[in-house]
Amino acid sequence: MKWLKIILFLLPLLLAFSDLEAQQRFPKPEFHTKYTQPTPTTPEPRGVGMEFVDVLVLLVVLSLTSWFAIKKRSRNGILLLTVFSAIYFGFYRNGCICSVGSVQNVALAFADPKYVISLYALLFFLLPLIFSLFFGRVFCGAACPLGAIQDLLIYKPITIPAWLRKTLGFIPYLYLGLAVLYAATGTEFIICRYDPFIGIYRMNGPHLMIYLGIAFLLMGLFIARPYCRFFCPFGAILNVFSRFSRRHLSVFPTKCIQCKLCTTACPFEAIDFPDEEKTKPDTKSNTRRFILYMALIPVLMLAGSWIGSKSHVFLSKAHPDVYLAELLISHPELKTDSKNIDIQTFLASGKSLETLVAEAQVIRDKFYTGSWILGAFLGLVIGLMAMNQIIFRRREDYQANKGNCYSCGRCLDYCPVE
Amino acid sequence: MNRKTFINNSGRLILLGGLVYLTGSIIFKRKVSASGKYVWQIDPFKCMQCGRCSTQCVREISAVKCVHAYQLCGYCDLCGGYFKPNTHKLNTGAESQLCPTGALKRKYVEEPFFEYKIDEKLCNACGKCVKGCGSFGNGSLQLQIRHDLCQNCNECSIARMCPTNAISRVPIEAAYQIKGDFKNPALTNPK
Repeated sequence: MKWLKIILFLLPLLLAFSDLEAQQRFPKPEFHTKYTQPTPTTPEPRGVGMEFVDVLVLLVVLSLTSWFAIKKRSRNGILLLTVFSAIYFGFYRNGCICSVGSVQNVALAFADPKYVISLYALLFFLLPLIFSLFFGRVFCGAACPLGAIQDLLIYKPITIPAWLRKTLGFIPYLYLGLAVLYAATGTEFIICRYDPFIGIYRMNGPHLMIYLGIAFLLMGLFIARPYCRFFCPFGAILNVFSRFSRRHLSVFPTKCIQCKLCTTACPFEAIDFPDEEKTKPDTKSNTRRFILYMALIPVLMLAGSWIGSKSHVFLSKAHPDVYLAELLISHPELKTDSKNIDIQTFLASGKSLETLVAEAQVIRDKFYTGSWILGAFLGLVIGLMAMNQIIFRRREDYQANKGNCYSCGRCLDYCPVE
Repeated sequence: MNRKTFINNSGRLILLGGLVYLTGSIIFKRKVSASGKYVWQIDPFKCMQCGRCSTQCVREISAVKCVHAYQLCGYCDLCGGYFKPNTHKLNTGAESQLCPTGALKRKYVEEPFFEYKIDEKLCNACGKCVKGCGSFGNGSLQLQIRHDLCQNCNECSIARMCPTNAISRVPIEAAYQIKGDFKNPALTNPK
């Protein structure tokens, strides 16, 4: 009986090999007993309308934070919303999709006509930006799950010297530029891939990313919100938008009494000191420097774009097709390496090396344009950052820096003015 | 209106204009799915069972699981997906099982048919059984992303590494691409 079964088994097998096209090698059995064939289970994804509930929740959190920060002047309200965001957007929604990552969806949708962007990703991108244009960075204050987890774990913040803060403040722009470049060329979403806190929210993930998240949180005990201040690419956009906000959280309700209490309250050193009469620079030399710096910006942009276009070959290696084409050209002996799945799949697909190289060349050309723009953008950022140093703004009171302030509301509690 | 307010207002207008331009060009020139929820799915006809699904998922244990398309199954006694090649005894002994975690369960139905069922808690998406079934049998086993486990990441980290680009985003209505036919690549949706 057993041998018969094996012969029965082998017979269709031989037939099968003669005809490589996939087909039913063994016929569907006809059962004589009362056996009902099960159907594959298909666990449902989260409901379709639920995304818009998320958008609604985001809208409510943003509105409430604006109200608490500007009208109600309540730190406790913002703190409650922060806890809510950490629980809802973080632990319940598992941190995806978030506004920070939606930058990449928008960049890809802008660059690639074939990419279909979902409306809620677009709304997650737009809402915080619109709010920051009118009320400052209220998104960072309470709605962002990445910010919330760091904000809740600030223990004893240390003061970081201004020069270091400002230099490190360049990293978000670099990160933003690279993320947009990699998203727009369809290479990968680096913000999502190197998101340090998502693994903690999901309590699941690659070990290295969870260690990185814990490292950031431990660092955050003493350096308040390290990711927000020195890495977050969305924060870089919000920083610029918030500088032009229509209204913004004000440290004091009526009149500043120069008690400096708010500067001790702010863990982010986001409160500007009033200038002293002595430090007011000489107008003439300042104007000369202003013109010089203005003239320097195009030079920096040109230099940046030159460096960018030179580095496009290196940057494009992150794209799997470019990488594979380069590997096959530089190491043709790898074609016999049976363990290299990518090469074996490529060889099995029957695509010629020329086609692959041509495809890789198209992607590399995209990288050439992209890194050219990236370089010019970074040059502009450096130029504007330098120019910002010499622009003199008269300040008489202690007031929140509109670009750096997260509207967390800590200073509101400290201000003794009624 | 003083100079400061003027700069502030014009800056805000420019940024708002930029946002409107960006949104407008995306809404009118690109595709925006309003109701559409997209989910990640594996095309079983492209999948080559390289095993990366078990290692590349952001979850510690992959959201990809082996799924049995029962209507294609031949209910064979000698199952290429269940037994290691050159197995002598066709029984449920651990030494003869191909699955490294024992997730594929074999149950006697009637002579000479056996039902094969996947214990998803144990499955780690290595794809060994899928490969075995596909090379010797009907190919009724396949890998698929399970939406109770999938986090629906913005970018699927398995899709990035998939050598045959078998993973793509599909509209939620087309979720669960389960094999229904051998030649026709139009997949059934068992919903």
